[in-house]
This record gives sequence, structure tokens and C-alpha cells, in this order.
Amino acid sequence: MRVVHHPILGNLPEVQQVRIWVDGKEIAARKGEPIAAAIAAAGIKIHRHTTKREEPRGIFCGIGQCTDCVMVVNGVPNVRTCITPVTEGMTVETQHGAGRGGR
Amino acid sequence: MREVDLAVVGAGPAGLTAAIEGAKRGYSTVVLDMNPRPGGQLIKQIHKFFGSREHRAGTRGIEIADTLFYEAASAGVEVIVEAEVYAIHDSTLEVVVQTFAEDSLILPSEEATTSRSRPLSIAARRIVLATGGAENALSFAGWTLPGVMGAGAAQTMINLWRVLPGERILMVGAGNVGLIVSYQLMQAGGEVVAVIEATPRIGGYGVHAAKIRRAGIPILTSHTIVSASGESRVERAVIAKVDASWEIVPGSEQELEVDTICIAVGLYPNARLASLAGCELHYFPGLGGWIPVHNSRMETTVSGIYVAGDLSGVEEASTALEEGRLAGICAAASLGKERAGDHDEIKAIEGRLLGLRSGPFCQHRQDAKQELIGIGEAQCPQQ
Ligand SMILES: Cc1cc2nc3c(=O)[nH]c(=O)nc-3n(C[C@H](O)[C@H](O)[C@H](O)COP(=O)(O)OP(=O)(O)OC[C@H]3O[C@@H](n4cnc5c(N)ncnc54)[C@H](O)[C@@H]3O)c2cc1C
Ligand code: FES
Repeated sequence: MRVVHHPILGNLPEVQQVRIWVDGKEIAARKGEPIAAAIAAAGIKIHRHTTKREEPRGIFCGIGQCTDCVMVVNGVPNVRTCITPVTEGMTVETQHGAGRGGR
Repeated sequence: MREVDLAVVGAGPAGLTAAIEGAKRGYSTVVLDMNPRPGGQLIKQIHKFFGSREHRAGTRGIEIADTLFYEAASAGVEVIVEAEVYAIHDSTLEVVVQTFAEDSLILPSEEATTSRSRPLSIAARRIVLATGGAENALSFAGWTLPGVMGAGAAQTMINLWRVLPGERILMVGAGNVGLIVSYQLMQAGGEVVAVIEATPRIGGYGVHAAKIRRAGIPILTSHTIVSASGESRVERAVIAKVDASWEIVPGSEQELEVDTICIAVGLYPNARLASLAGCELHYFPGLGGWIPVHNSRMETTVSGIYVAGDLSGVEEASTALEEGRLAGICAAASLGKERAGDHDEIKAIEGRLLGLRSGPFCQHRQDAKQELIGIGEAQCPQQ
């Protein structure tokens, strides 16, 4: 959910919109924001599934320290989505295991 | 390979002040930060800081970050973001610059969509490590479920990126971070169901606790989290009372319907890079954990590598600003051009640090720092 009104920060400023594709679905993102913020705003919580037990994982640290939030971005696996800004037309996929060969 | 006089890792308050001192003295200075925005922890702080006027109390952290960045840029510091330092050897920093952005200054545009990383080696005559801290995790049943996150992560999401990570939130930990972030989650439109604290006392300042209570949020001391559960994400949490020996009081379990659990149980120094660089570490529980041993000039056991800020003991932005300045001045002075005023400036900084580390809440930090510096004076290279 977007924080549109804020008592200290004011209303959410208008910025350029960027379209990204998350598991094939189009999502509107804000230019400059990290992938993790865009997908959280769209209600998506699961970023990846672990290798052995296929357990779901989402963001944990939000500052690039823990690697829980990695996804496959433009075909590249293990991208930390919390510190990687969106770009127009970017494709983002839920990562399974190490993210190569679909598993 | 690029060559610089001073390379600083981390663009938080400690790194930026260190860099400013280096550049002010005419040394080529570069700051590297893996995050897309400089400022470190400060960029998510929208509350007015406590402390003295000298340390910009009353100013919001995010404004301090902007001022520092501007000051650094005008002093001639080059700040490179999305640049992670992953190793340091023989005075050389190995960096990977990662970006997908087409308009990035780092990557040529034709490569941008396919290639995302470029290696960069920087040879530096002096290095200041200011990599800050990271949040402690807490393990309980279900702690890896999506929806369990650091309080700092939630704070970054709401204040910087303006996205509420969940709607009904349980905060674990009633130190300053837990209290401040709870309040900010409410300001962002979230519902904080409770703040729980395992010890019998609220760790954070009274003013912050009072704000939470006034908003009608219960602060439950002597309570811990037992479990989180849900279908692929957090849907509920079980909390319970603990007795004086930290055992769960049978029958005191309560189930809370929440979609987010924030963990605010302290930070630890992010000493991985320092350790890789060969700096000796020492364990100081009162300062957050393993800390690079350093002397009074902030130099580590590796000659030419300095540390500052939360990395050299988890404290506050005010101490990080002072330590950064100190490390920057000392690193620059060791390059040869000691300036007339340096000695007095160092003494003044030491005085202010002493002031910041006094009082009932902070004296233990002064004692630990003193012990750390004592070890450093014996082990670190002599001037
Ligand atoms: C909720 C909260 C409230 C706070 N309130 C206050 C307050 O009211 N008053 C106060 O004085 N202090 C406050 N603080 C504390 C203050 O924010 C920190 O003490 C301060 O930011 C530490 O500064 P630093 O420069 O050491 O590290 P940080 O600000 O953490 O910066 C470290 C930087 O290093 C970068 N980095 C790490 N590793 C690498 C690497 N390998 N390569 C490249 N870059 C790297 C990180 O991306 C980060 O940007 C608060 C903290 C929190 C979490
Ligand atoms: S959430 Fe920890 S690295 Fe992204």
C-alpha cells in the first residue's frame, strides 16, 4: 500500500511512472524506487523460494545486507531487489533456489 | 586502476564527514556506497534528533543527510553509489558497480539492459571504513516467513519509499528504534497492534514511549514472541509473558492477528569488510558485537585503514559524525600535510565525544570505547 498522505512528509510527490513486469504481470512503479518497494506496493510479499525446502522468503533488512530479497531481474539471478532501482520495461521473476535453469 | 589519496567505504554520517575532512585538505577523495542513495541510516529518519544543537538536534535525519552530501560535493568529494566494496587487499579496494539504469553514469547505455555489473579497482593511500551497522535477527518458530522484517527495513519502506509493508504490525523490542519506528508506522497509516519487550523495562526514552501510549498502543514488558505462522506469509503471531528467568509463563500465550512482525532488538557492527581486510576484531557486547580494534586516531591494526561510526561501536549519528571527522583528519594528517589547526580540532572532537558518551545511558559506551582504544594503542601501528 502506498503512503499517499503523511503528516510530516506531506502528500506523495508526483514522479515519472515506470512499467515493470513481475512474473509476467505489469506493475506501475515510481521512477527511482527499488524493485522491492514497487512490488510491496502491489501487495507482493514473496520474493523467492529457498533451494532445499522451497520455503518462501521476503524482504528482511531492506538495505542490501541479508540477500533474502533476491529475485531474477532481466534474466540475472540473485539481484538484491531492495537496493536495485526499477527501470522501464524491467522483467522481474520470483526466484527458485539459485535461480538458474528454472530451479 | 584508479588511484586516490583517500577512499571511504559507506556514505553514512561517519563516511561523509571523514571524506569532507580529506577533501578539505586537498586530497583526492572518493566515497563508495552500495545503496542507491547516499546518507546511510539517516535517509530514513524523519523524527527530530535528540542531543545538542552542535549535533543538529531538532533536525530530521534526512535533512542532515542532504546537508552532508551537499557539503561533501562542494568540498570536491566524489560519491559513487550502487558501488559495493567486496574486498580490500594491499591498499586496493575491489568494487562492483551494479545497475540496470539506462541513464547511469557508470555503464554505457548499450550495455545497460543486458549487463548489470562492472568491476572497479581503486588503489588508495588511505582507507576509512564506515560501513555502519546491521539489524540483529531473532529466531523463533516462523521467523523466516515473508512479513517478518527488521524495524529498519520497515522504516526504509515507509519513510523513504512511501510503501507500507503491512497493515497490522507487531513490534518486537521497546528500545528507541522499536518505539520510533512504531510511531512512524502509525504516521504512515499502519496499525501497530502491540510493542513487546522481553525485559521488564522499556529501553527507549520516555518521550518516545509516551507518544506510543498516548496513541493507545500497549507496550507489553516481560513479553516475548513465541511464533509466527501463516500460509507462505505472516498471518498471526503468538506472544507470551516471560518470568524472571526468561521462561515462558505457561498459559500466558496470546494470539495476535498481524501481517507484519518488526524486529527491533539492536544492531551489530557491519565488520565483514574490515575483517576481510585483515583488521583484528574484538568482542564488545556493550557496543554491539565484534568491532575492529582501533587506536585513538581511529586507525585499525592494518596500517592505513581507519574506522568510524557504527562499525567501531553501535552508537548514534552524533558520535558517527564526530568519529568520521576524527578518522578523516587523522588519515589526512598521516599523508603528510598536517595542518596548523589539526591538533586543536582533534582535541575538540575528543572532548565532544566524551560529552556524548557521558550520563547514565551512555557511560558504559565510554568505558567500552576506552578499553577498545587501550587495546588499539598496544596493537595498532605507531605513528
Ligand atoms: C530507527 C533509528 C533511529 C535513530 N535515531 C537517532 C537519533 O535520534 N539520534 C542519533 O544521533 N542517532 C540515531 N540513530 C542512529 C544513527 O542513524 C546511526 O548511528 C548512524 O547512522 C551511523 O552512521 P554510520 O555512518 O556509521 O553508518 P550508516 O549510517 O549505517 O551508513 C553505512 C553505509 O555504509 C554502506 N555500506 C556498508 N557496507 C558497504 C560495502 N561493503 N560497500 C559499500 N557500501 C557499504 C551502507 O550502504 C550505508 O549506506 C537512529 C538509528 C535508527 C535505526
Ligand atoms: S532485504 Fe536484505 S538484502 Fe534486500
